Amino acid sequence: MIAAWWHRRYSTRETLLALLFLAPSIAVFVAFFYRPFLNLVYWGTFESRRRGAFFESVGLRQYREQLTSDDFRQGLWHSIQFVLYTVPTGLVLGILLAVAAHRRLKGIKIFQAIFASTIASSVAVASVVFFFFLNPTVGIFRVDWLNNPDMAMFAVALSGIWRHLGLSFIIVLAGLQSVPDEVLEAATLDGYGPVRRLLRITLPLISPVLLFLLVVLVIFGFQAFAEIEILTGGGPAASTETLVFKIFRLNTPDSIGIGAVYSVGLFLVTLVVTGLQFAILERRVHYGD
Amino acid sequence: MASVTFENVSKRFDDVVAVDDLDLAIADGELMVLLGPSGCGKTTALRMIAGLEAATSGKILIGDQVVNHVDPARRDVSMVFQSYALYPHMTVQRNIESPLLIRRYPVDGPDRPVRKLSKAERNERVAEAARVLDLEPLLQRKPAALSGGQRQRVALARAFVGRPKAFLMDEPLSNLDAKLRAQTRVELVDLHRRIETTVVYVTHDQVEAMTMATRIAIMSNGRLQQLGTPRDVYDTPANLFVAQFIGTPAMNCLPGTFTSVGGAAGIEVEGGRFPVPSKLQARLEEGRPVTVGARPEHLRVAEAPSGTAVELQVRAAEWLGHECLVFGSVGGEPVVVRLIGRVGVEPGGSLPLAVAPDDVHLFDPDSGRRLD
Repeated sequence: MIAAWWHRRYSTRETLLALLFLAPSIAVFVAFFYRPFLNLVYWGTFESRRRGAFFESVGLRQYREQLTSDDFRQGLWHSIQFVLYTVPTGLVLGILLAVAAHRRLKGIKIFQAIFASTIASSVAVASVVFFFFLNPTVGIFRVDWLNNPDMAMFAVALSGIWRHLGLSFIIVLAGLQSVPDEVLEAATLDGYGPVRRLLRITLPLISPVLLFLLVVLVIFGFQAFAEIEILTGGGPAASTETLVFKIFRLNTPDSIGIGAVYSVGLFLVTLVVTGLQFAILERRVHYGD
Repeated sequence: MASVTFENVSKRFDDVVAVDDLDLAIADGELMVLLGPSGCGKTTALRMIAGLEAATSGKILIGDQVVNHVDPARRDVSMVFQSYALYPHMTVQRNIESPLLIRRYPVDGPDRPVRKLSKAERNERVAEAARVLDLEPLLQRKPAALSGGQRQRVALARAFVGRPKAFLMDEPLSNLDAKLRAQTRVELVDLHRRIETTVVYVTHDQVEAMTMATRIAIMSNGRLQQLGTPRDVYDTPANLFVAQFIGTPAMNCLPGTFTSVGGAAGIEVEGGRFPVPSKLQARLEEGRPVTVGARPEHLRVAEAPSGTAVELQVRAAEWLGHECLVFGSVGGEPVVVRLIGRVGVEPGGSLPLAVAPDDVHLFDPDSGRRLD
């Protein structure tokens, strides 16, 4: 039926041409994404043993056991914690900075460059900067958060917020620049003050940008690794071991199957959360005319 | 309803003077058109009334209140923007209602305190505006689902719904196609007659100005060039700028000198002699240099050689059906003639032209000012 529909709409020539143009990207996706991903799913069905056979196929049993284990749940909870600490704050700060820098003033480009600068710094640099900030003896804040299981995740999240602030800032600023001046002036004449104008006119008009940023920041949050590795190494007392960090830990010959299960688990979690964001928020997003 | 007054208003952006010492009194209920080429300061003047720009110096009054430091939302004016500036995420209903949601209005009479409208009052006003502008079937749509003309009417309804003291319109027709523009022009004039509110209307289109205005304020380089009814600015342009800005094709202007030697008094130009309006004859001294102007539609083919003012060297003729535009030159200066009906003119030939003395305009060649 689909084939018949397709043939009514497109000629064979068009179909072949389309496939030709799509081929390079399909090839790249198959080679570097789909095939490795299917490998991963497959590896997840093998239990590795220290003695005897290296791998033993156990089917879906390993998935059942590992995805319900306390360790996976702990990692998932830490990942969610990291996302909850970083995403809302990062989003709000990005909006505030962009609104502050979206002005026609002399020299505003300098501030825009400063606010955007974190996008150009590597995770390693950012983490080292925060390592210094938070150092209990020579640091700027002189707190011992990185060694405190209750505060370590918060401290790591701070550096995560800082690192993605440049990205949020640039994306929101680009969105603000697409809002027509005349619409904001009309709102001014209609009696909207600065705050109302922002909440009722500007933010709804840039909602597609905000949804994109939210989705991207959440995915980045679930994938955060380097700042954790550098700042805390997962500690203290595993309090900053996120799912990604646990996957990294499990990347040894005798636990590679579990690592594969965790990876598939993280993929599913990210997929579901992203899908939920679209399902819930897209109706409220206004896509221009 | 209220008058709008500019008293010595100037606006500078850094080094650029956008509006230069503007004095303009817009009467209550009048449809005033600010007309001029782009960059002449007309839009800046309009935005100063709205409060979207602050005057650098001078006073702006709405009614008898100086509004220089009054918040835009409290000036009780509304504006229709060139791009319509509708809120794309709101329905037509919400768009029209928007000015009523936050602003306060003197609903209970001019002497009672202003207040916000109730839900019922808002609905009533929106319904009225929708009815007047024929938007009733579209109230639940979003602007993206409307045509250009419909969006324009929503913008008008939004301006209309608060019953402001003055409507400000910034080139509201320029995004419409020619046919719709002509139609909307008539509708706007009709709307203005019904609501009898002061309208300040900015345009660069002289057709809009001539057809809609009670009075026209013609601006150039930030300065007011002439203020008058459409008839005034056409019949007695105050200077060369206005003379050549109003009218299509533009008025023909030629350098000449006044003389009464050798027959009737006239303006000697290279290639002929123009008659002089009788009231000016006594006031011009012999040999005075002037710029002489004659509208293309006031030049006609001379019937007798004695009535000939100038000989036109014909370069080209465009026959448009109801009229014929003949392009040529007199003494090296380009001249256009508009003739009614079919005229047998050939490029390369010459055409004797005559003009009535009262249709001749004289200007000072240095200042460009009209000689009266």
